Amino acid sequence: MASLQSLDVVARSATTTPTPQVRTAVPQVAKLIDESKCIGCKACQVACMNWNDLRDDVGTNIGVYDNPSDLTPSSWTVMKFFEVEPKQGNLEWLIRKDGCMHCEDPGCLKACPSPGAIVKYANGIVDFISENCIGCGYCVKGCPFDVPRISEKDNKAYKCTLCSDRVGVGLEPACVKTCPTGAIGFGTKEDMVAYGTKRAGELKERGFQNAGLYNPEGVGGTHVMYVLKHADQPQLEDLPANPSISPMVSVWKGIAKPLALAGMIGAVVAGFFHYMKVGPVEEKADEKEGA
Amino acid sequence: MPRMLKRYEDGDRMNHWFIAMMFVLAGLSGLAFFHPSLFFLTHLFGGGPWTRILHPFLGVLMFVGFMGMFVRLWKDNVVVPADAEWKQHMGDMLRGNKAAMPPVGKYNWAQKMVFWAMLASLLVLLATGIMFWRPWFAPYFPIDVMRIAVLLHAVAAVVLVAATIMHVYAAIWVKGTVRAMTRGTVTESWAKTNHALWHREMTQGK
Repeated sequence: MASLQSLDVVARSATTTPTPQVRTAVPQVAKLIDESKCIGCKACQVACMNWNDLRDDVGTNIGVYDNPSDLTPSSWTVMKFFEVEPKQGNLEWLIRKDGCMHCEDPGCLKACPSPGAIVKYANGIVDFISENCIGCGYCVKGCPFDVPRISEKDNKAYKCTLCSDRVGVGLEPACVKTCPTGAIGFGTKEDMVAYGTKRAGELKERGFQNAGLYNPEGVGGTHVMYVLKHADQPQLEDLPANPSISPMVSVWKGIAKPLALAGMIGAVVAGFFHYMKVGPVEEKADEKEGA
Repeated sequence: MPRMLKRYEDGDRMNHWFIAMMFVLAGLSGLAFFHPSLFFLTHLFGGGPWTRILHPFLGVLMFVGFMGMFVRLWKDNVVVPADAEWKQHMGDMLRGNKAAMPPVGKYNWAQKMVFWAMLASLLVLLATGIMFWRPWFAPYFPIDVMRIAVLLHAVAAVVLVAATIMHVYAAIWVKGTVRAMTRGTVTESWAKTNHALWHREMTQGK
């Protein structure tokens, strides 16, 4: 992509100087998944396979509708089905379209040691630039949502791109285009927050008192958001209640490494000056042979 | 020609230099991922993916090498009560007042500490490194465990590098030391100056 430069990379993995980001008039985008409108048809999974030319292996049925049973290097979005009782005796069937949340503060990008293997564009999309991926798996440790999957064939990490190639030329993501019920919306982040809040309000009027928008603060908000019927209990659908980048990762990738680097260089410099100040330890002049 | 004392056998020295080589290779390949400013080191190993592939094997070889050294040297590195006095006078040593130092055996307290710090850091590096060694072992460990492992791996690496910096500096600082590892021998006056008890042990009855 070196010749079709985008000039709107606002963050780049393992890079300590500013990235080319002169294009500032780029609206922040977001995908809004309204679970109350989702019928679990998996058209979004098919559209994702189709647009991205992905064909996952035929797996095995695990006794529920989830197919494949989890995200894989070739399945960047998966419908997950949950039979839950948010209230005692009140069985509900919840369906969540799983995939990358496109965090405003992406843990994968923070953890990645390879310059430019993960980027965040001005529109908010977090993308893996696979030719720079070294296959270390650090993104897996950085992600608060357990999204990246590493291929056994090529040792590259893969995940939803939010159809960055489509969005870049003014199209909506493939899953959005195909959704037959309008459960997946796409637009500016601002519009999607407003629409999601309105939808949550409508759901509240219809008896879902705890409906709400899932746009978690702990990762700076996300560019994939959900309207949840039970936003007070996101863990019902395997979503973390308060996702944030693990403190282990923040310490490891934050202050510790520059300090340690300075410490190691400092030790060598201290040794040099110690030698120049104190001088070597010399053997005592050998008193006569055979002393 | 001053009289020479044998300090390291051929096997000790080959073992030592094998570890040293693996330390340099595992260290440089690991530092490449330690901080963005050092990522250029991946060029020495054939690029990012190759560095990622090679680093764990180099690390395991260093560990195996150190096990050989451990078997050879651990007895000489057991801390004894007499080390306490040397430790108290370490400031004098650093200020160049060598005369204030009590006589020591084959290794002084600081050398022993370097030995144990290296062993401890290598054990941590091996145990944590296996936990996120892709693609072989990482799939068997939960993400939470791997997050702790990567942090501890980095901490242990810094301890090992720091201990090695001290180790190398001491060898440069104390004249006549390097030949112990390159030739296996030291002069008798070196032994008397730096390891008087060891000198006595080596020359008794001779």
